[in-house]
This record gives sequence, C-alpha cells and structure tokens, in this order.
Amino acid sequence: MNKSWFYNQNNQIVLELIKQPWAWYIAGPLLALVAIALLFFGKSFGVSATLRTTCAALGAGKKTSFFHYNWKADRWNILFVIGAIVGGMIASQFLMHPTVSVSPDTVQDLQKLGIQDVSGLAPADLFGWQAVFSLKGMVVLVLGGFLIGFGARYAGGCTSGHAISGLSNLQLPSLIAVIGFFVGGLLMTHYLLPLILQL
Amino acid sequence: MKTIKYIFAGILFGIIMTKAEVISWYRIQEMFRFQSFHMYGIIGSAVALGMLATFLIKKLRLRSIQGQPIAFNDKKKSIPRYLIGGVLFGLGWAMTGACPGPLYVLIGHGFGVILVVLASALLGTYVYGLFRNKLPH
Repeated sequence: MNKSWFYNQNNQIVLELIKQPWAWYIAGPLLALVAIALLFFGKSFGVSATLRTTCAALGAGKKTSFFHYNWKADRWNILFVIGAIVGGMIASQFLMHPTVSVSPDTVQDLQKLGIQDVSGLAPADLFGWQAVFSLKGMVVLVLGGFLIGFGARYAGGCTSGHAISGLSNLQLPSLIAVIGFFVGGLLMTHYLLPLILQL
Repeated sequence: MKTIKYIFAGILFGIIMTKAEVISWYRIQEMFRFQSFHMYGIIGSAVALGMLATFLIKKLRLRSIQGQPIAFNDKKKSIPRYLIGGVLFGLGWAMTGACPGPLYVLIGHGFGVILVVLASALLGTYVYGLFRNKLPH
C-alpha cells in the first residue's frame, strides 16, 4: 500500500461526497449531531421559534403579550437560520449534485396532476417568480406559508422541535403533533393539492 | 466564538438539508405518497441517535460548554393544541414542500419567491399570537 494510492482514495471519497446526494443513513445522524451540538451549547433545536423571535424583534410585542418577552435571549436562533441561508448558498454554489433523484412513481403521479417539469428542487410553475402571477401559485405560497407559521406556533413547534427534539426526549405531545403533521400532509397531498393545482 | 458557533451549526444544517435533498418539494411529495424510504430514514435515524444522546446526557448528567446542566423541558400535556396545530402545519408543509428549516436554506439557494412564503409564515405566527387566547389549547 503506497502513499499515493491512499491520497487518491481519499480525494476520490471527498469528490464522491460532493457529487452524490447523501443517503438517509448519513444525513439523519448528521442532523442529530447538529441537534446534539445545540444541546451542548445550552439550546434546544427548533427552527419555527425563529418566526416568533422575528415577530418580537419587529415590535409585535407592543400589540400582543405573546411577543412581549425577552427575545434577545433567543437571538441565537436568528444566527442559526442566517447560517442555514449561508449553508444553502455554499451548497448551491459548490456542492450541488446535478439532479434530485425522485421515485419514478412520484414523477408519474405528479405528471397526472399536470406537473410535467420535475427538474430542479421544486416545480417552476409554483416556485418561480411567475407563480406570483397565478392563482394556484399564490395559494401555495401565501396560504401554505401562513399555515406553516400559524400551525407551528399553535402546535408549539415544527419538524425540528417536535419530530427531532421532542421525540428524542420521548415527549407524548410531540408524538401527537407529528401525527397531526402527517394527517395534514396526507390530506393536502391526496385530496387538496390536486384541487389547488387545477386553479 | 460566542455567536459564530450558531452560524456554523446553521451552515452545517443548510449543507445537510441540501445534500440529502430534504429541501426538495418532490422529496416531500414522495414522502407523503409513501413512495420512498428516504425521508423516513432521515427522520428515523436522527430520532434514534437523538434518543440515545438525550438518554446519555440525562444518565451521565452532562453539562453544556458553559458548564450548566443540560436541561430538557417537558412539553405541557394537551391534545387539541398539538393535534389541530399539527394538522394545520402539515397542510402547509405538504403544500410548500418545506418546513421552516428548508425555507431558509431555499432562500440561500436563490429561490427568491420563498420570501413570500416566509413573510406569510411570519404573518401566520403573528395572527396566532393575536388569537391565542381564543383558541382551544
């Protein structure tokens, strides 16, 4: 075993990690490591709380007591999502693999619903700027966003806070919330989205 | 280091969410159609490792880097707030194909129109704050 072989192998590994999408058994544990790191920083992993912090920072506390709290103690979560934006920028510039590998069954289902172009990370009809000028686009963007914000705060957390942090801590309320996430997701995917896409 | 570690954690999060394609609208559709194990594997393995870490932190009474005991807050017991809130959140999740984390990562990817989703999510959060006392919890 000579040295150059070792280095070649190593470079190969690094390159493959960038070129290929990551499997679930790599991504899941890495995601847990982020949550565990935050625990050791003395914080609890939960992204939707940033929305409340942002509302409070924008002065919503003057109107409602819900936003009248010491939000400056939660500034760390704003830093975290700034990092997430930067991480997205870095990944899109340097680490992106060419195509998202979606199951052929899903592609077929979506084509039946009229989504022909399944390239990129999201259909351009719904997530390009042209969506702002279509009714279905506005419903998806505005109503979808509203439900995310309203629902997450009502349930006291989103996928990160309930599904990851909450379930890790064996919280029954988090299990109820996650069941709710799936009931809502299944209703939307199978019954409501087909109607919205016809708008 | 006091603040930058949170930014680093966020950057790592953004890269993982991208490389695992969690930020893809198609991947969320695939999950809600039960047509791939991918998303279930990610959430499942993250929770499995998270459970182990939480157990060990409690068992060994580990401390944070500031030297404080690591505390876990139990969620308040209730059904309506988690179920109703959860269903509403799920409707939005399947519509936009993104939960709050991926929204930020997608903005980093240059999806400018996601700012509309984010602004609507802020409005939703605000409206919840306004009507919180009138909702069943």
